[in-house]
Amino acid sequence: MKAELSPRMKTSLYGLMCVLLIPFVFPTWWMVTSSVKPISDIFAFPPQLVPQNYDWTTYSKVFELQPFVQQYWNSAYIAAVVTIGTMIVSSMAGYAFARIRFPFANTIFMIVLLGLLIPSEVTIVPLFQMFLKAGMVNTHWPLILVPIFGAPSVFATFVMRQFFVTLPTELEEAARVDGLGRFKIFRKIALPLAKPALASVAIFTFLHSWNLFLEPIVFLSSAEKFTLPQALTQYTDAYGGPMWNIQLAAATLTALPVLIVFIIAQKQFVEGLAHTGLKG
Amino acid sequence: MVVAQDHAIPEGRSSSPFWTIARRDSLAGVLFIAPQLIGISIFVLIPLGLVFWYSLHEWNVLANTFTYTGAQNYRMLIEDTNLLEVLGATAIFSSGLVVFNLSLALLLAVLLNQKLAGITIFRTLFFSPVVVSLVAWTIVWGFLLQKNGGINGLLQVFGIEGPNWLREETTAMISVIVVQVFKNVGLNMILFLAALQGVPNELYEAARIDGAPRFKQFRRITLPLISPTILLTSIITIVGSLQVFAQIAVLTQGGPGLSTTVLVYYLYQQAFQFHFFGYGSTLSILLFVIVAVLTFAQWQMRKRIVFYES
Repeated sequence: MKAELSPRMKTSLYGLMCVLLIPFVFPTWWMVTSSVKPISDIFAFPPQLVPQNYDWTTYSKVFELQPFVQQYWNSAYIAAVVTIGTMIVSSMAGYAFARIRFPFANTIFMIVLLGLLIPSEVTIVPLFQMFLKAGMVNTHWPLILVPIFGAPSVFATFVMRQFFVTLPTELEEAARVDGLGRFKIFRKIALPLAKPALASVAIFTFLHSWNLFLEPIVFLSSAEKFTLPQALTQYTDAYGGPMWNIQLAAATLTALPVLIVFIIAQKQFVEGLAHTGLKG
Repeated sequence: MVVAQDHAIPEGRSSSPFWTIARRDSLAGVLFIAPQLIGISIFVLIPLGLVFWYSLHEWNVLANTFTYTGAQNYRMLIEDTNLLEVLGATAIFSSGLVVFNLSLALLLAVLLNQKLAGITIFRTLFFSPVVVSLVAWTIVWGFLLQKNGGINGLLQVFGIEGPNWLREETTAMISVIVVQVFKNVGLNMILFLAALQGVPNELYEAARIDGAPRFKQFRRITLPLISPTILLTSIITIVGSLQVFAQIAVLTQGGPGLSTTVLVYYLYQQAFQFHFFGYGSTLSILLFVIVAVLTFAQWQMRKRIVFYES
C-alpha cells in the first residue's frame, strides 16, 4: 500500500520489531525452560536462558500433587460444551434478529444487548445464591450455564446478527419459494454460509471459558472439580508460597496445546477475529 | 400481535388457514430467540434485579439474617474510606491500561502493515499471548517479577539493582498493567491492522503528490479513517479492564496495601472472603453503573470524534 521501503529502513524496522517481540515471546520461553530446571537453578544468577541441569520430575509431581488429568478434562469439556452451546444459541438468535420479522423484535434486541453491559462480575453475588439454592454449587453447571446465556453469548449473538445482515437474501428467498420452512433454511442455507463468523465465535468463546477464574474460585471447592486456571495456583508449599518449577510445569501443560493449535491455524484465528471486530 | 402481510398468500380466500406463512415465520422467530431471551432473563436480568434488592439489605451469613436497611449500604459506600483508594486504583489501572494498550496496538499494527517479508511470522508471535492461558501467563510474569526473578536477574547483568516489583506500590501497579497489556494487545492490534488495510491507497498517493510528510499523512488521513475502530477498541478495552480479576488475584492480591485493589477484586473480597453479601451487592451496583456510564459516554463521543463511519 505504501512506497517501497529502503533497505536501511527495512533493517531498522526488523530490528525494532525483534526488540518489541521480547515481552511477547520471552515469557513463554522462560515458562517452558524453567519448568525443567531443578529448584536450585530456578533463581540462579546469571539467569539461565537455556537450562544447565534438567529435572523432569517436576512433570510427574504435577500429576502427583493434584488430580491434574481430571482438572484438565474439566476445563476441556466445559470449554467444549460452552463453545458448542454458545454457537447454537447465538447463531439462532443472531439469525432471527437479522432475518425474521416477529413481534417486538427491536425491543427484544435492545433487551438482549443490555446483557453486554452486565458482565458476570456484576451479578456474581446473586448468581452464587441462585446456584446455592439449586444445589449446584461445587458443580460445573454455573461455569456452563452462565457463559452460554450471559454476556459472552450476547456478544456472540451480536456478531452473528451483524454477519447475517450482510448475507445476500436471494438464496434464502429461492428456498422459501421452494417451500422450505425457516428452520430448514437456517440449517441448510444460512448456517453453512456463516462458517467464518461461527469460527470466530467459537474461538473467543473457547478462550473465554478456558480463562475463567472468578467463577471457578467462587463456585468450586473440591480439587477434583477445579478447572485448570484455578488448579495452577494450588501448587504451593506448606507456607502458601508457590512451588515455582511445578507451577510452571503445570502452566506449560496448560498453555502449550492451545498455542500449538493456534500456530497451525493462525491464519483462521487472526482473520476470524479481525472479521468479528470489523463487523462488531 | 402485528403480523406482516405476506404477499405469497393470494388474498380474498375465505378459508385461508390460520397458520399463514407470515405467522409461521413469526413463530419461528420467537422460537429462534427463545433460548437467548430466557437465558438472559434467568442468568443476567433477574440477577441484576436481585443484586439491587440485596444491596438494600444487611445480610449476615453466619447469623442467617437478612434485614431491609434501605439506603444504609449506600451510605456505607460513601463513607467507606477504602473505597476511595479502590476507585483510585481502578481509575489508574483502567486508564493506564487503555492508553498503553491502544498506543502499543496501533504502533504494532502500523509496523505489521509494512511491506516486509516474513511479516506473518511477526504477526503470529505478537498475537500468541492472546491464546496462552491467562493464569499460566500471569504465573510466568509473577515468576519473572520476583525480587530475585528473571527480570531483575537480567537487570543485574547490566549492573542495575531492580526493585521488588510486586511489593512496592508504584511498580506493583505498573506490573499488573504491563502484564495485562502484553497478554491482550494482540487483539486490538489485529483490529487496527484490519482497519489500516481498509484505508484506500489513493488517499496516500494524493497526499504524497502534495508532498505531505509521513507523519502528517498518518495524522490527517490514517487516524480519522480508523477512528471508528479506535472507538470500538477503547470501549472493549475499558469495559474489559474493569473486569480484570485473575491477574490481581495471582500477582498482588490487591496489595501492597490497597494499591492494586481494583473494584472487582474489592467486590470479591467483601462478598466472598468477608461474606458481606449486602455490601458486596452495593459494590456490584456501583460497578454496573460505571460500566454503563462509560459505555454510554463513549457511544456519545462517537458523534463528535469519529470522523468517518462506513
